[in-house]
Amino acid sequence: MTYFENHKHTEGGVSLKRSILVLFAHPSLERSEVNRPLAEATSRVDGVTFVDLYAEYPDLAIDVDREQARLLEHDVLVFMYPLYWYSTPAILKEWQDLVLEHDFAYGSKGTALHGKLFFSALTAGGAEAGYCAEGFNHFTIRQLLHPLEQMAILCGMVYLPPFALFGARTAVEEGRVDAHIADWIRALTALRTDRLDIEAARGLPKLNSHLDSIILEG
Amino acid sequence: MSALLFQAFVYLCAAVIAVPIAKRLGLGSVLGYLIAGIFIGPVIGLVGSETEEIKHFAEFGVVMMLFLVGLELEPRLLWKMRARLLGLGGLQVAITTALIAGICLLLGIYWSVALAIGLIFSLSSTAIVLQTLNEKGLTKTEGGRSSFSVLLFQDIAVIPMLALIPLLALPEMAGSGLEAGAVHSSGVAEHHQQMSLVEGLPGWGYALVVLGAVALVVLGGHFLSRPLFRFIAESRLREIFTASALLLVIGIALLMSLVDLSPALGTFLAGVVLANSEFRHELESNIEPFKGLLLGLFFITVGAGIDFGVLFGDFGTLLGLTLGVMALKGMVLFGLGRLFRLGPGDGWLFTLSLAQAGEFGFVLLGFSLQNSVIPTETAKTLSLVVALSMLLTPVLFILYEKLILPRLGSSEAQEPDSIDEQGTVVIAGIGRFGQIVNRLLVASDVRTVVLDHEAAMIDTLRKVGTKSYYGDASRPELLHAAGMENARVFIVAIDDRDRSVEMVEHVRRHYPQVKILARAFDVNHLYLLKKAGADLAVREMFDASLELGAQALKTLGLHPFKVEKMARAFRRHDESGLEQLYGFWDENPDIARNRAFLAHAKEHGESLKEMMEADRLQLHDRTERGWTPPPKGYTKHLDA
Repeated sequence: MTYFENHKHTEGGVSLKRSILVLFAHPSLERSEVNRPLAEATSRVDGVTFVDLYAEYPDLAIDVDREQARLLEHDVLVFMYPLYWYSTPAILKEWQDLVLEHDFAYGSKGTALHGKLFFSALTAGGAEAGYCAEGFNHFTIRQLLHPLEQMAILCGMVYLPPFALFGARTAVEEGRVDAHIADWIRALTALRTDRLDIEAARGLPKLNSHLDSIILEG
Repeated sequence: MSALLFQAFVYLCAAVIAVPIAKRLGLGSVLGYLIAGIFIGPVIGLVGSETEEIKHFAEFGVVMMLFLVGLELEPRLLWKMRARLLGLGGLQVAITTALIAGICLLLGIYWSVALAIGLIFSLSSTAIVLQTLNEKGLTKTEGGRSSFSVLLFQDIAVIPMLALIPLLALPEMAGSGLEAGAVHSSGVAEHHQQMSLVEGLPGWGYALVVLGAVALVVLGGHFLSRPLFRFIAESRLREIFTASALLLVIGIALLMSLVDLSPALGTFLAGVVLANSEFRHELESNIEPFKGLLLGLFFITVGAGIDFGVLFGDFGTLLGLTLGVMALKGMVLFGLGRLFRLGPGDGWLFTLSLAQAGEFGFVLLGFSLQNSVIPTETAKTLSLVVALSMLLTPVLFILYEKLILPRLGSSEAQEPDSIDEQGTVVIAGIGRFGQIVNRLLVASDVRTVVLDHEAAMIDTLRKVGTKSYYGDASRPELLHAAGMENARVFIVAIDDRDRSVEMVEHVRRHYPQVKILARAFDVNHLYLLKKAGADLAVREMFDASLELGAQALKTLGLHPFKVEKMARAFRRHDESGLEQLYGFWDENPDIARNRAFLAHAKEHGESLKEMMEADRLQLHDRTERGWTPPPKGYTKHLDA
């Protein structure tokens, strides 16, 4: 079994407007069906720095300085993960707890992240129908992710809705994976070249609900 | 030869029987020795006049004790004590001398005799008091420290007193004094007559010689002792180190007597100079048994020397005199305790512990007799009073413990340890293993005391500021000297398997409060350590091997977190196996139990294989139960 190297592509073809940092967290990657190909595809995109957090910090001892330096180098921060108990896997929480220091990420002198974009790229086991007041999960995915949204607000970042795949445990059987990856690469590319309508995207329930309407032709 | 053996046998026998019994009864070892002496001396008459001679020899125990006291006392601490030393000590000696001499004058005794008696009774017994304070753990209390200051001052004051006494000679007794003196001659007095480097020197010359001798002790101790001891230590011959420790003490005592200084003072000084040395604990542990035996011998001779004829001839008067002297001394001490603002508990300890007369009283008495200062009959009475007061001292300590302490309530009774003495960790063995342990602890601001038998290693460590001492850490005396009483954790990091087990056994037996963490060679050794009483034993190779195995897996391309999980699971499985197998383990297994052990070991090994197999088959396993995605279709019943 191989795992992802940390990729960072900063050069490339057309004008790159935004550099993107993807923090990937999957604690049992060897069983993954969606995140694994998704992550592989992501790591190949120009202008995207892909970090497998569990590979880099298998003992959860996160290097704060290094992570902060990475943040400073990028315009977009993406948490990429399978939804675990309506939240991120543990290492992303640990990452938040350690890296987003006072006077770095928030507080009177904490302006390092101001103006950067933040969103989640997640997969969820349950069907989309379950994520509403009437469904068995009782809350929409945006509601469930409120802690992350508020984190972004406090850090002065622009919060975007999650790029989400629901029913992930059956996506392979139902042949939905390839399309999802293609959409994801489209969205990433648009974001990188500033062809994504940020204002329109902000209000959506999920980033990939109306991809065609928010990606501007360039 | 057989006479000597017989004597030794009698003394040892008396001590071995009486001391443990006295301790069991809560009387303390000093009273035990005294009773043993009384029994073999006046009661059954096994020993006789030779006890006087033995006493002078045994007085050397006091010299050794002061050396040890000095070792415990860094120069910094001594300097901090100066006010108490001079103030408290000086006042005690001056006031007590004046009061007793005054009373003697009132009783119609000639002034010079009265003064000599005052001087004799102003002194207390360093031997009894320090030994008892130590035994009862009272040395670190305010009362204990004050007592020590006074005792130290007295030991120093003996020197000018010895100079003064010849000037007090009674003119009408001159001439008759010498023959009487032969009976009561003392070690110090003998030196006076036999060997002296300073006899006939003018005052300034004497001062120069004395200063030179002191400088020799201080500078020699500071600059010469280290290379010398290191050289000796490298020979790895324990008895030679012991011999050199004895040589040091005896040499300094000799030098001091040659220049008419107190040997006890000289060795005390040497002790203070060596207090910062890495060989301190080793010196302590070497001298300690000699000191203990000699002091014990000294106490026995005090007991044996009591003249029952004179004692019961006029028992009432003698007892009255003794109690009177002690009451008077006690009053002075109590007043001084108040003056120096000792708390009530400490004040009482100070008062009761120093109320007796001491061994230096004997010395002065003998010397006075020799110099015809005191008439022989008076001297006999006084000598009994001194002995009786010493005999009563342990009783006073018992009084303090049983009557005074309980009334003070626990908060007063036991002073809390000062902060710098809490949470110490003693590490035995500072090789590759112990070094890492020590570095981690020191980096976390934990106070460590490091012991090793590699002098060069100790030297290096001291250079980087680690508190380390030379010595064989498997020796109980050295562990004691390193302060095991106050240690919270004891770490065995030596690489000698058998010794580490012995060490754990010893520490567990003698220091039940300490947590023992030990380095184990392999599983069998780990079990031996646990059986010996180690709270935790860690296999020295396990973590490094596991880490290397994990690195190998990563090199092969496994995801680092997968490797981490495998390593964690492996560790957990291995540890649970260790615990399970411990139940079947036997130090010397017979075949049947051995089979059971092997069978279980095999079973455990197989379950490891199964576990890894299971992981390969993508089943739920304990490497990642918590992180495994739910089975497909798990939401079906929720949706319904």
